[in-house]
Amino acid sequence: MADQTPGSSFVQVTQSLAWRELARFFRQRNRVVGAIGTPLFMWLLFGFGLDQSFSVGNSPETETSFLEYYFPGSLVLILMFTAIYTTISVIEDRQAGFLQGVLVAPVSRQAMVAGKVLGGSIIAMIQGVLFLLAALFLDVDWTVMQVVSLVAILFVASMMMTCVGFSFAWKMESTQGFHAIMNLVLMPMWLLSGAFFPVPQMGTGQWTQDVLHWVMKVNPLTHVVSLVRQFLYGSDRLAEGFWEPSLRVSIVVMLVATALFYGWAIRVCQRSTSGDLK
Amino acid sequence: MATVSEYSVMSDQRAIEFQALSFSYGDRQALNDVSFDVGVGELFSLLGPNGSGKTTLFRLLSTLITPQQGSLAVFGKDVINQAHQVRHDLGVVFQAPGVDGKLSVRENLAVQAVLYGLSKTDTRVRIDEVCGQLGITDRLNDQVDELSGGLRRRVELAKSLLHRPRLLIMDEPTTGLDPSARSDVWNYIRQLQQTTGMTVFMTTHLLEEADHADRIAILHEGELVALDKPEALRRELGGDVITITASDPEVLLKKLEEDDELSPRLIDGVIRISGTVDSQLISDLHTRYHDEVQQISVGKPSLEDVFIARTGHQFWGAS
Repeated sequence: MADQTPGSSFVQVTQSLAWRELARFFRQRNRVVGAIGTPLFMWLLFGFGLDQSFSVGNSPETETSFLEYYFPGSLVLILMFTAIYTTISVIEDRQAGFLQGVLVAPVSRQAMVAGKVLGGSIIAMIQGVLFLLAALFLDVDWTVMQVVSLVAILFVASMMMTCVGFSFAWKMESTQGFHAIMNLVLMPMWLLSGAFFPVPQMGTGQWTQDVLHWVMKVNPLTHVVSLVRQFLYGSDRLAEGFWEPSLRVSIVVMLVATALFYGWAIRVCQRSTSGDLK
Repeated sequence: MATVSEYSVMSDQRAIEFQALSFSYGDRQALNDVSFDVGVGELFSLLGPNGSGKTTLFRLLSTLITPQQGSLAVFGKDVINQAHQVRHDLGVVFQAPGVDGKLSVRENLAVQAVLYGLSKTDTRVRIDEVCGQLGITDRLNDQVDELSGGLRRRVELAKSLLHRPRLLIMDEPTTGLDPSARSDVWNYIRQLQQTTGMTVFMTTHLLEEADHADRIAILHEGELVALDKPEALRRELGGDVITITASDPEVLLKKLEEDDELSPRLIDGVIRISGTVDSQLISDLHTRYHDEVQQISVGKPSLEDVFIARTGHQFWGAS
């Protein structure tokens, strides 16, 4: 629709709605803690617990502990949990009546999606950066370039997951239904991302391994986890005997997936939902 | 200043035109061929019990949903083709509290100002003006969660008024408020309408509330059953109304029907007799049917009587 009436600009609306997301999130301390606490706890628990039984690497110098192996996956889990928390606010906003207020304002729905996604992505990225501080205790040789790249990856990955969360949340009437979808979609996606165990090679002779290989290979999250791992530890410390995508492929996959999911979010929000008619 | 009665349909200016509007959710017909106009500057109430279709009508007017059949125009602009312009003219207060509890009053208003494209300076000016009018200036920095229900409703009103809408629409704005907060809201609305000439359209399921409006429309099962000034609707019925509750209303009704001068009607378990009533009649009834009658009362016709006359149902039992 052409916008002849002076006033509300796309950028300002996006900024303002994104700011609102941030303010709301960080003023609810239980959310901040909830999104970061569980993955942190799991990381420490599994990291130390499985340390003795897990071993990848071809020599003592490149040997990776499970605590180290599991770190990128935990980081991505934090992004995911935060993305879930922030997009649940779509459902809350609808129930509370705020969303309807935005929908009847003279602003485009694209601006609304952009604001919501930008806000959610920044929140998830901030949470991810906080968790990244834990990596200071790991055996990592830090460079500025590396930190910048990691933050950029965190941001794009956050956007990707926020868009997925938004698209599901838009159609939901209750937060319970949303949790179910998340458990059926996002958690399996995370478990099959190389976060918890490496991607098996093709041709091991076992068909289960082949299926796992393909499922994990097409999972965009696998590429996100792999990017974090490669930027954190460098490519010489990857698990020997397992499949790992190349940097270039992973970057392309992550960007394309994010663009597609964003497009999905934009498309989904053009529909009115039964929640508006309650 | 124009008095209340001078607004009304006489002016050719129409704030809202509903024309042959129908809307259904799947099989359920929520609105059936509803047509009426609201004049510029009117304070208009849409009255109907729950499930009468008034919330659907409100959603259509708010541009949240689009008409399936018929047309709807706001200040002559079509809600489908000129939605953007219509939205600039509208201030909307939904039934659910659209204010954000985690943000301060000022922050809530600032976000709203951006949505409606107000400049930074204008935002500051308007926040001061509107909050001054509504008496919430000293609460501007409070988090909304800390405010009482009545104050929160005022913040919502402030939010919807920020961009100087020509038409303020509200869906049951006094729901969940105690009587004093309710009359507060009414006073503010009336004051606003009179000082700014703004048109106000609100839905309500409270009969006594509808009585405050310049004109009302009554919806019943998706159809318009009455449209006029509240006094006019009551006057139309004329006389008085006697209501009788009885232990066995059917039996009492039969007995009353044998009495030629009366024309009693049994509506949802209550017997109603309309016409001219003198005190003699009441005491006669009371003496004659002393054993059956639980309660007997007499009054001028209320909007409830209007509703009953038009639909054959009691207002509260109608859904």
